[in-house]
Amino acid sequence: MGRFNLAQMNQGETKTIIDIQGGHGLIKRLESLGVRCGIRITKISSQLMRGPITIKVGNSQVALGYGMAKKIILE
Amino acid sequence: MGEIYPEGIKKIFLMGNPNVGKSVVFSRLTGVQVIASNYAGTTVEFTKGYIKLGEKKAEVIDVPGTYSIEPTCKAEEVAVSMLEDAISENKDGNIVINVIDATNLERNLNLTLQLLKKNIPVIIALNLWDETKHTGISIDKEKLEKILGVPVVPTCAISGEGIKELVSRLPQAKAKTFDYAEEERWHELGNIIEQVQKVTHRHHTFLERLGDASLQPVTGIPIALILIYLMFTIIRFIGEGLIAYLFEPLFEKLWAPVMMKLSVVLGSEGFIHNILIGKLVGGEINFVESLGLLTTGLFVPIAMVLPYVLAFYLVLSFVEDSGYLPRLGVLVDTLMHRLGLHGLAIIPMMLGLGCNVPGALATRVMETRRERFIGATMMAIAVPCMAQIAMIAGLIGKHGAKGLGLVFGTLFLVWVALGILLNATIKGYSPEIFVEIPPYRIPSLTTLMKKLWMRTRWFLQEAIPYVLLGVLIVNILYSLRIIEFIGELTAPVVTGILGLPKEAVGALIIGFLRKDVAVGMLSPLGLTLKQLVVACVVLAMYFPCVATFAVMIKELGALDMIKSAGIMIASALLVGGALNLLL
Repeated sequence: MGRFNLAQMNQGETKTIIDIQGGHGLIKRLESLGVRCGIRITKISSQLMRGPITIKVGNSQVALGYGMAKKIILE
Repeated sequence: MGEIYPEGIKKIFLMGNPNVGKSVVFSRLTGVQVIASNYAGTTVEFTKGYIKLGEKKAEVIDVPGTYSIEPTCKAEEVAVSMLEDAISENKDGNIVINVIDATNLERNLNLTLQLLKKNIPVIIALNLWDETKHTGISIDKEKLEKILGVPVVPTCAISGEGIKELVSRLPQAKAKTFDYAEEERWHELGNIIEQVQKVTHRHHTFLERLGDASLQPVTGIPIALILIYLMFTIIRFIGEGLIAYLFEPLFEKLWAPVMMKLSVVLGSEGFIHNILIGKLVGGEINFVESLGLLTTGLFVPIAMVLPYVLAFYLVLSFVEDSGYLPRLGVLVDTLMHRLGLHGLAIIPMMLGLGCNVPGALATRVMETRRERFIGATMMAIAVPCMAQIAMIAGLIGKHGAKGLGLVFGTLFLVWVALGILLNATIKGYSPEIFVEIPPYRIPSLTTLMKKLWMRTRWFLQEAIPYVLLGVLIVNILYSLRIIEFIGELTAPVVTGILGLPKEAVGALIIGFLRKDVAVGMLSPLGLTLKQLVVACVVLAMYFPCVATFAVMIKELGALDMIKSAGIMIASALLVGGALNLLL
C-alpha cells in the first residue's frame, strides 16, 4: 500500500494515520483534537481552491487547513 | 469516603474541552445565566457565580474551554493561567469540576489525564450522557471511576439530570489519583477507552446527513446562501412588524398625548421643556427629531432599535445553537484568508452585527495577535451594529432601497478592501483553520428564550442610559452653542471633504457615545439622499462607540488601538470624500 497525504485522499475513504510531518507544535495541536498517529480517520469533505478539509475522527468532526492536511500521512 | 476539605470548598473551577456544556452546568449550579452556544469558544472570558454548599457559599468559575493544558489561542491561555492560579494560590478549598463530553470520551479524557497530574482535586461530570444512547455508545461509568480514582457523575446539564448528585459528591474530589509517564498518555488513554466504552454501529441520522451536506461545496454553498437570505428576511419581517404594529402605535397613540399634555404644562418651550420634551416640530412632538429625554430618548432605543435587536438575536441564537456557524466558517475559509483571517473570523463579525462589544471580545478565538488586530479593526470600521442598522434603515429606508444598498454595499466593499490591505501590509501570515465541527442540534425553545432575554436585557441596560445621556449632552451642547462652534472649526473637513452641512458635526460628536442617537440626529438636518448616504457611512466607520472602544483597548492594547483608530479616521475620510465626489 502506498503512502499519501490527507489532501490527496478521496472523499469518503477511511485510512490510518502513520506520520505527521510537522514540528512539535503542530503535532501537539492536532493531538489535542484527537488527530495523531495510529488513529483511523474518514475524509468527509474538502473545499474548493485548497480550502479546508473536514475529517471524522472518533465520534467527532474536525476541520483543518489544506497545509495541515498535506502534512498528515496515511496508509 | 473522607471529605477533601474539612473547612469546606471555597472555589470550584469548571474546566473541560470547548463546547461540552460547561456554561450550561455553570448556570445549573449557580442560577446565573450565561450565554451558551453550540460551537467551540463561546466562553472567551470567565464568569463567576455562587453556589450554596450546606451552610457555606462557594464560588463557581466558568473557565473557557481548552483541549489541553498547552494553550493554542487567547481563550485557552485564559483557561490555563486560571488553572495555574487555582493551584498556586492558597489552594485550600479549590477544586476542579472537569466537564467531559460522553460522546467524545477519548479526546476529553486526554485533558482529564493532564488535570489529574496537577495538584488540585478533580471531580468529573460526564455530560451529554443522554446523547450517548442514540449515538450507540455505552460507557461503564463505575469502571471509569475505579480506574481514574475520582468521582464520575453522569449529567445532562440541559435538563438538569445528575446535577444534584454532582453537587453532593463535590467533597469527594481528589487530586493526583492517576499517574502515568507523559509519553505514554495516549497509550494509557487507549487502554482506558478499551475497558470502559463500547460502540455499536448505527445508521446515519437525518441531522448527520444534513451536517455532511452543509460541508460539501456543491450543496453547502447553496445552503449557506439560502440560510443567510432567510436570516435577513426573518430579521426584517420581525423587526418591521414589531415597529409597525406594536411599538410605533404604542408611542404615537398612548405616549404622544401624555407628552403633549406635559409640553403644555411646561409652557411649550424653555430649557426644562427642551431637555424633557425637546423642540416641537410644527407644533407637534416628533419622536425622532424633537431630541427630548422623554421623547427621542425613549423612542429611539425602544421603538426603533429594540425590535431589530430582538429579531436579530432570536435568529442569531437559533443559528448559534444549531451548530451551523463553524460550518459556515469552513465554507468561507478560503475567502477569509485573502483578508488576512481564517474562516472562524466570521463568528466575531456576525456577533458584531448585533453589537460590536461582544464582537470584539469574540476575536479571542483567533490564534494570533495579527489576526485579532485585523479582525477587530475590520469589524469596528465596516460592521455596523444592529442599533445603527435599525436607525439607518429607519432614516434612509424612507427614500427607497437604493440608499440602503449604497450604504451597506459601500461598507461591505470597505470591509473586503480593508482586509486585503491589512493582510498585504501587516507582517506575518494567517494561520490555518483548525476547529471541531459540532454535531447539529435542534435548539431548545427554553434555552433560546433565556438567551434572547439575557441579550435583550443586556441591550436595554447598556443602551437606554447611554441614549439618555447622549440626548442630554446634545441638548447641553446645543444650548451652549458648542456644536455650532465646533461646526465652524471643522467645516473644512465636514463641508469641504464630506459635503455635509456643518451642523452634521453634532452627530459625529455624539456618535462616540451612541451611534443610534447620532444617526437620529441627522434626521432634522434636511439632508439629501446623497448626504444621508455619506453621513451614515462615515458615522459607521470613523470611530467605534465608547463601549467598543473600551473593549478594544483591553483586547488590542493601547498602541494597537491608536493604530487601529488612525486607520478608522483615515478610511472614513477617504471613503466619505470619495462618495461625495462620485455620487
